Amino acid sequence: MYVELKDINKSYGDFQASKDVNMGIEKGSLVALLGPSGSGKTTILRMIAGLETPDSGDIIIDGVRVNDVAPSERGIGFVFQNYALFRYMTVEENIAFGLELKKMPKAKIKERVAELIELTSLKGFEKRYPNQLSGGQRQRVAFARALAPNPSLLLLDEPFAAIDAKVRQELRSWLREMIYKVGITSIFVTHDQDEAVEVADQIIVTNKGGIEQIGTPKEIYKTPETPFVSEFIGRSLLIEDYHKLKGFEKGEYKGAIIRPEFVEAFKSDNQVFSDVMDCSEEGVVTDILFRGNSLELKLEVNGIELTTFRSLERRSVKKGEKMRVIIYRLFAVDDDKAYLLENQELKAKDVKNRRLEAYLYSSDGYFVV
Amino acid sequence: MAYMKDDQRKKLAVDVTRNSKGATKYILITISVLFVFFMLILPLFSVIVNSLKEGLGFYLEAISTEYVLAALGVTILATVITVIVNTFFGIVASWALTKFTFKGKQFIATLIDIPFSISPVIAGLAYIMTFGRSGWAKPVVDWINDMLGTDIKIVFAIPGVVLATIFVTFPFISRELIPVLNAQGTDEEEAAALMGAKGWTIFKRITFPHIKWALVYGVILCTARALGEFGAVNALSKTRGETFTLPLEIDALYLAGSADSITASFAVSSILVIIAVIVLILRNIFEHKSKANREV
Amino acid sequence: MAKARKFRGGRVIPGFGLTFGITIAMLSILILIPLASVLFQSFRLSPSEFWGIISMPNVKHAFATSIGCAFIAAVINSIFGIMLAWVLVRYEFPCKRIMDGVIELPFCLPTAVAGITLSKMYSTKGEIGGPLFDWFGLRISYTHVGLVIALIFIGIPFVVRAIQPVLEKLDSQYEEAAYILGASRRKTFFKVIIPELRPALLTGFGLAFARGIGEYGSVIYISGNNEKEHTQVVSYIIMQKLNYLEYESATAIALIMLIISFILLLFINIIQIRQSRRTNNI
Repeated sequence: MYVELKDINKSYGDFQASKDVNMGIEKGSLVALLGPSGSGKTTILRMIAGLETPDSGDIIIDGVRVNDVAPSERGIGFVFQNYALFRYMTVEENIAFGLELKKMPKAKIKERVAELIELTSLKGFEKRYPNQLSGGQRQRVAFARALAPNPSLLLLDEPFAAIDAKVRQELRSWLREMIYKVGITSIFVTHDQDEAVEVADQIIVTNKGGIEQIGTPKEIYKTPETPFVSEFIGRSLLIEDYHKLKGFEKGEYKGAIIRPEFVEAFKSDNQVFSDVMDCSEEGVVTDILFRGNSLELKLEVNGIELTTFRSLERRSVKKGEKMRVIIYRLFAVDDDKAYLLENQELKAKDVKNRRLEAYLYSSDGYFVV
Repeated sequence: MAYMKDDQRKKLAVDVTRNSKGATKYILITISVLFVFFMLILPLFSVIVNSLKEGLGFYLEAISTEYVLAALGVTILATVITVIVNTFFGIVASWALTKFTFKGKQFIATLIDIPFSISPVIAGLAYIMTFGRSGWAKPVVDWINDMLGTDIKIVFAIPGVVLATIFVTFPFISRELIPVLNAQGTDEEEAAALMGAKGWTIFKRITFPHIKWALVYGVILCTARALGEFGAVNALSKTRGETFTLPLEIDALYLAGSADSITASFAVSSILVIIAVIVLILRNIFEHKSKANREV
Repeated sequence: MAKARKFRGGRVIPGFGLTFGITIAMLSILILIPLASVLFQSFRLSPSEFWGIISMPNVKHAFATSIGCAFIAAVINSIFGIMLAWVLVRYEFPCKRIMDGVIELPFCLPTAVAGITLSKMYSTKGEIGGPLFDWFGLRISYTHVGLVIALIFIGIPFVVRAIQPVLEKLDSQYEEAAYILGASRRKTFFKVIIPELRPALLTGFGLAFARGIGEYGSVIYISGNNEKEHTQVVSYIIMQKLNYLEYESATAIALIMLIISFILLLFINIIQIRQSRRTNNI
């Protein structure tokens, strides 16, 4: 493990920001700290940076306990949420600042700055001041500035928060690409699950000061371990009397979490589903919302309201229409764990089930029939 | 509307108010202009007119008497020391009060503002009570004098005048800097510290550019007030021609009561009025610059 | 990373100890200790002696005059202050910038200069006092009216400068919302704008009032300092006691003044804290 946190606790007055935090990060990985605001993710990042000190526990970077090491000597680069660019310095001066502090010879500084300008494609902007740059350009300057002294660990605090939604998408792939190019171990904080899933190869989900789950985006998505993760990731809906749904039996659980993609709704004359028709049950469309690239259907099934997405390419449905509904799976939850429950009736018809799988995970994520 | 920039919106507000009120607007502007003219501008002209009553020759003579020149020297000395001390304090205090969070911050900010709200005469009294004949710090000063073989007097001497001036203008510079530094936040300094910059480097390279114009303005205002301080100095300075400052000299001339001395008093005043006007003009320039800076 | 320099975490920006220490030291030596001496000296008096000084008729009258005149001036300044701030923020007219600058004149003009000038202007032979006396038989200099005028002069920038920034920031959407809801302009002003300005107005009022109570240079010439006509202000009395070397009396009176100042300062601070809390919560 390159970065390790052992039994970290931190409180601000009555508020416990970190509760027995234990985590490890491999060298070379790109990690997202994901959680709602107030979940303690930023505190973890700031403690690794040395901007906050833990009340107890050890922070280890590259085998060295760094609790008492000054932030500037931990070998980290930090990208602040609002970038904290030096407003009275040009792009060039911003990037060179950290190198000057390291007393690097002038010629070397020039070389390194040019290298980073090149890397972050900021050519032509060297003499500009931060207020003459767009949000995306500012982020790139912040990134270059953090990388300039060749840190071994890069920390980014909500790197996309200050950017317009449109540009954000672009920057995500840019940042991911850039980090791989440089090959630096990186940790970034985000509250946006899409961002975490898209950029990171490892996600640490935080909640109420503790860590809920650590895993790859796929693991976090497909096998949530706790009720919080199963509910936080994806568009989830908690229902209590899930056993009223066809194919699921009552267990010792408090309830179940259903995501829209677990729900299949089709017209009763749809031939694709003819062999699983007897596994389906009736549902009434109560509301239809247009979601741009798809429709969001609200269905009432046995007194339970479910949500599913429907491709615009499929036959149209009307409010009040009766449809057949199959729920593939759901996450049953008790107080601190989540369990995957498969639809028992579908499972019994093993072959068909596999065929449905193909639809569920079709490349664009939506059904095409 | 949400996409409208602030200034656009303000303009719109101005438009709304402008379009909807014809008469009210002109009545309000007229009253305001009259108020400012009679209350603030007329006194300025009055000083100049009064000072030139006896002609230019008299004017020049009046402002170059021995007393006036001595007072000018004391005033400049006191002002220079005051500005240096208060600038140093202002920078240090505003750094402590804006870059860190700690308990009792607001309380300290309030204490710094005390000189704003108390009578300047009390400032003078406070130093007399501290360093005067019955003051508890008198033995300390005597001891220092014994040790060094010096004869430093505080009360009714130049040091007292300087101290009183410092007291009265104490919060001026920190008060200009604190809002600017608060608006700027701490993330630039944090970033620099994280990169390993030391305190002085951070201040010089990161913070100072932000407060430059506010500091210049604070220094100007502090200078103006220091030049003109009257009440506190009046309590601590009793010797005309030695420890008198210009405002005390003006007071002495005015109270002498003869028509000539009153005109002389206005002549000396006119120097300070001209300085005040220059300060106002500079203030306008620097405040403008400081505001423009803050929007960066 | 090799060097494990001991560092105390929490504060990343350096210089807290040093700057905090210097701030406290200078504040104590230059302001707090001298003021404490006043307090200390006044405690040497027995309560009855203290009361004897405070209840002397001229002292009581001086307090009444200082507080009364400062209050009237602060009220007048509040009214004109709102108007000036409103005109400066909301209207465009020639010489606006000059007017905006001139508001600050009382901050820059030495109080003694202001004092002798106002005194002369409003005397029965002065530029303003002359006509008023000739036509209406009004005397201004050497009366309470003169005193109030001097205090208006001194206090006006406090109120204008307190209100102006708030008015500038006041989102015009409030007003627009009120217009759309059908509120009349007058109603909008009193029900929407004035409540928004109240904290700033109270701050400005408090500052002008505090300054007015303690004012010395600008009032002593125009007031005439007549004991019989009750035109002596407290600062004048303190100065008089100092000149007669009656230090006990001076400190006793000063103590009361200090208490008044502290109460006002506390009041202003509470308003400001409340205001910042309120605006932060939005």
